[in-house]
Amino acid sequence: MAVRYFGAKIKRNEDPTLLTGRALFTDDVDLPGMLHVAFLRSDYAHARIRSIDVSQALKRPGVVAVYTAEDLGDYWRPGPLLVPPPPVEGIVFNQRTQVPLAKDKVRFVGEPVVMVVAESRYIAEDALEDIFVDYEPLEPVVDIEKALEPGAPLVHEDVGSNVAAHVVQRKGDYEAAKAEADVVISRRFFYDHGLAAAMENRGYVAHWDPKAQFLTIWDTTQAPVVIRNGIAAMLGLSESQVRVIAPFIGGGFGPKIMMFYQEEVLIPWVAMQLNRPVKWIEDRRENFVATTQERYQIHKAEIALTKDGRILGVKDVFLHDTGAYDPYGLTVPINSQCTLLGPYDIPNYYSEFTAVFTNKTIVTPYRGAGRQHGVFVMERLLDIAAKELGIDRTEIRRKNFIPPDKFPYNNEIIYQDFAPLVYDSGNYEPALDKALELIGYEKFIKEEQPKLRAQGKHVGIGVVCYVEGTGIGPYEGARVRVEASGKVSVATGVGTQGQGHFTSFAQIVADQLGVDVRDVHIVTGDTAQFHWGTGTFASRGAVVAGSAIYEAAKKVREKALKLASEILEVAEEDLELVDGYVRVKGAPEAKISLGELAVRSNPLRGAVKPGTEPGLEATMYFGPERGATASGTHACIVEVDPETCMAKILKYVVVHDCGKVINPLIVEGQIHGGVAQGIGNAFYEQIVYNEDGQLLTASFMDYLIPTAMEVPPIVTDHVETPSPLNPLGTKGAGEAGAIPTAAAFVQAVEDALSDYNIEILEAPLSPNRLYELLHKK
Amino acid sequence: MKPPAFKYYAPTTVEEALALLAEHGYDAKPLAGGQSLIPTMNFRLAAPAVLVDLNRISDLSYIRAADDGGVRVGAMTRHARVERDALISARAPLVHETMPHIAHPQIRNRGTYGGSLAHADPAAELPAVTVALGGKVLARSQRGERWIPAEEFFIGLFTTVLEPDELLVEVALPPLPARTGWAFDEVARRHGDFALVGAAGVITLDDRGRCADVRLVFMGVGEGPVVAREAMNILKGEEPGEEAIRAAAEKASQADIDPIGDVHASADFRRHLAKVLARRVLTKAVERAQS
Ligand SMILES: Cc1cc2nc3c(=O)[nH]c(=O)nc-3n(C[C@H](O)[C@H](O)[C@H](O)COP(=O)(O)OP(=O)(O)OC[C@H]3O[C@@H](n4cnc5c(N)ncnc54)[C@H](O)[C@@H]3O)c2cc1C
Repeated sequence: MAVRYFGAKIKRNEDPTLLTGRALFTDDVDLPGMLHVAFLRSDYAHARIRSIDVSQALKRPGVVAVYTAEDLGDYWRPGPLLVPPPPVEGIVFNQRTQVPLAKDKVRFVGEPVVMVVAESRYIAEDALEDIFVDYEPLEPVVDIEKALEPGAPLVHEDVGSNVAAHVVQRKGDYEAAKAEADVVISRRFFYDHGLAAAMENRGYVAHWDPKAQFLTIWDTTQAPVVIRNGIAAMLGLSESQVRVIAPFIGGGFGPKIMMFYQEEVLIPWVAMQLNRPVKWIEDRRENFVATTQERYQIHKAEIALTKDGRILGVKDVFLHDTGAYDPYGLTVPINSQCTLLGPYDIPNYYSEFTAVFTNKTIVTPYRGAGRQHGVFVMERLLDIAAKELGIDRTEIRRKNFIPPDKFPYNNEIIYQDFAPLVYDSGNYEPALDKALELIGYEKFIKEEQPKLRAQGKHVGIGVVCYVEGTGIGPYEGARVRVEASGKVSVATGVGTQGQGHFTSFAQIVADQLGVDVRDVHIVTGDTAQFHWGTGTFASRGAVVAGSAIYEAAKKVREKALKLASEILEVAEEDLELVDGYVRVKGAPEAKISLGELAVRSNPLRGAVKPGTEPGLEATMYFGPERGATASGTHACIVEVDPETCMAKILKYVVVHDCGKVINPLIVEGQIHGGVAQGIGNAFYEQIVYNEDGQLLTASFMDYLIPTAMEVPPIVTDHVETPSPLNPLGTKGAGEAGAIPTAAAFVQAVEDALSDYNIEILEAPLSPNRLYELLHKK
Repeated sequence: MKPPAFKYYAPTTVEEALALLAEHGYDAKPLAGGQSLIPTMNFRLAAPAVLVDLNRISDLSYIRAADDGGVRVGAMTRHARVERDALISARAPLVHETMPHIAHPQIRNRGTYGGSLAHADPAAELPAVTVALGGKVLARSQRGERWIPAEEFFIGLFTTVLEPDELLVEVALPPLPARTGWAFDEVARRHGDFALVGAAGVITLDDRGRCADVRLVFMGVGEGPVVAREAMNILKGEEPGEEAIRAAAEKASQADIDPIGDVHASADFRRHLAKVLARRVLTKAVERAQS
């Protein structure tokens, strides 16, 4: 089989549609008689609801209905636990999930309290001003350390404390390792990750057809199949009565896989109640408080080393802010815990965390999903150790890399997919070497930096390494079908939010069936097209759905060959699939088109033989045994003005290993976007709450996402260490760009300011924070 | 983020606009580029019952040479036009140097000089440079018209001396005397953001190289443009050497401003930035005055 597309840098199939404004987004859905919803949200972080008066709102012309928690009757129920806690011995997990509308108590600013349905969004928002809620303010839980002090106010009184979870995981015996160490370094780290700020906010449109008894929902979700199943169950409908469409989506990044959002369960319900189509589109102000975010952890971490820089063990105890509810289980802190170990051969590890309830927006994964936090701690520990031991920072990393012959490498702790954290494959030095070459490390350190310093310029370099657990199970499926036209249609259950699935999936199929990549039509995110699936998250689309598509395409290929062999009376081995035809090798005139085969396999007369199926079609599923571990190195050069405390990234390099690359253009795009978000996380974006639990950075005036002006040109390169866990040998690439960025940036800033001798133990930095570090010692 | 209902008028002459403002008084707001007013309405922080859209009044958009050697700018002149105008760069080079710091190109295509002054954001550039240049603004109402020195125009956070029935129609920038140098600089978190602190400096030297006149105006450190009088006094009559400039910058940051802190910069950091920027703009202004 000729591989024409796999690995090729081809342009994306979906871009003409997207760039000419012809793609359907949820807010484009406009149905006759459609109603619009606005939510009254809590202004308090923590308060008891004494009473709610909606009578004036109901009188406003154009208002159709107003609902409080009481009005939802039996439909008012806490949401499901999306990800149960992993099977770790001694684990404590207190499940408290979000409710559709707050009853009795509000637990974060932005929590929905009243739903208004009106003829227009304008009227619905006007009516919010008519509603009176009598609140009794309670002391809010904001700081995660104070939250655990005795006598602290409680987010959930019935839990008895603000502990959402407590988990200890171990490998080897850290204390014994420490006793033998030449050097032990311990520090306190603070890492704050922000919010996704996707270009498109959330939105839901629901249409109940009472005659067909059929509910259609357009939903900006990353996991349409799971939403369909859940909504059907909640509404007492059969799964076949509900169709969830996740159309084009302007960015997911994780928060759009949280389920079920309060609004997401209410919009379909109210559409059925009122027998009219209903739309709610989240506005940007709501997005800052109502869509899940990631936020901060405080780590007390320790590393024990020999004097030549070999790691003997690491200990880390951290606190994690989980917000007011914990529907997503422990994915974020488990990722922090598991990713901290990085590409290093660490024989002993003790990691303990406490997840803390606070009166803040719910925390769920956002691109990187806790991995950033762990990587930052490990990389900073290594930087400090290198300094202390007088070893070059790249050497200390190289020295501790897991050698290529030690894979699969077992870290012995449990990962987010409940499987032991075993790295499938890896080869870390080539990526480090390439990155050092591309950034010009030697030359910079030896020639350029001294020259710049002599000119009074403060320019530094940062080099960090990381791994990323990707492509986890449980499974995805796909159906591949050749149509009479010879074109191929593919359906899979994952949603798509800009990852290029319409191209990379098509590349896989085109190679198997010998068709033009533009003749492969991919459908994602429509439950009417594919019944099974989990969703797009954890950098798993290409790995898991991609593998299922590959298997299905292979099956269709077999069918085509078999049928063609019968028709052409030539052995299968002598046939090939080229340019939409099955033809005889060496005699290309003897051929039959795939379209013709599709027609012949679906006859109108005669019989389809027992034991065979009609059509050139196959459905296959793929579930990897466990995740595939991607890895890489980031390097950057940063200039700092110590007077204004402003920093500018001059150069950024990423060398990445995501196994076999399907389309380098798409992988580079993923990395560029990730780095941009990483740069935001390093120096610009920060979620700031005041002591009352009010969000102070609640608009793009104050929550600073980097623009094209703040993101430097990014140089990327790849190393390919195939994964043995899937037929394509791929690993995920979705999150890599965003994970170690802050660690690289901070190291470079520290290096630029080496004459000030500061130690940076936190991210994000900001000019204000740098000023404190530099001028207020 | 939808505004409450409002009435909308789109007059084509200044007279019509003034009549509407006279009729609706405090209920009405002129709409210029909308780059500040519309977001404020969408956030429901402002809820004017009546909008008087100035965009169809072509008479308000111009840049003209004034007889005294300065320039006159119509209130509805877009930032983008000011940025590229040859007369501005020749006669008001400080304004020319400042324009790229205001927001992003898309916003400069809509935002107006008059809107920026009337809005009186304490971190906005044009109020500060207009004050630094000793400009004045012309306000008109059905009751008549008056010239207001820019320095007296801004009276607090987002507040000016304009009455609700008055329209800002023109800004007049005087010519720069001989041996005058200028400079503008600011520190913003990202390109195009409102600055944490900004400073505009204008220095005129006498024939012995001493400061005949000094103007130093800050933004982002008070309720509006802040004129650094104490710092200006230190330099006046003196030779503006490195030491003198350092002393003036130090004085400015301690005595002339009283900044507040927010999520982006503490009061302390703002003071520090004011000192750094004052030193930088004064140094550059002197260099230019000398050349
Ligand atoms: C993302 C963003 C970033 C920005 N960054 C900056 C920045 O860095 N620096 C900066 O200076 N500005 C910045 N701005 C503001 C922008 O540049 C405009 O200068 C500002 O919005 C005012 O001009 P406008 O014409 O849009 O006024 P409008 O928004 O239309 O009006 C503002 C106010 O002035 C009143 N008004 C307008 N014209 C008149 C008049 N002729 N007479 C009387 N009253 C009047 C209006 O009634 C209203 O109250 C930014 C804006 C945005 C959206």
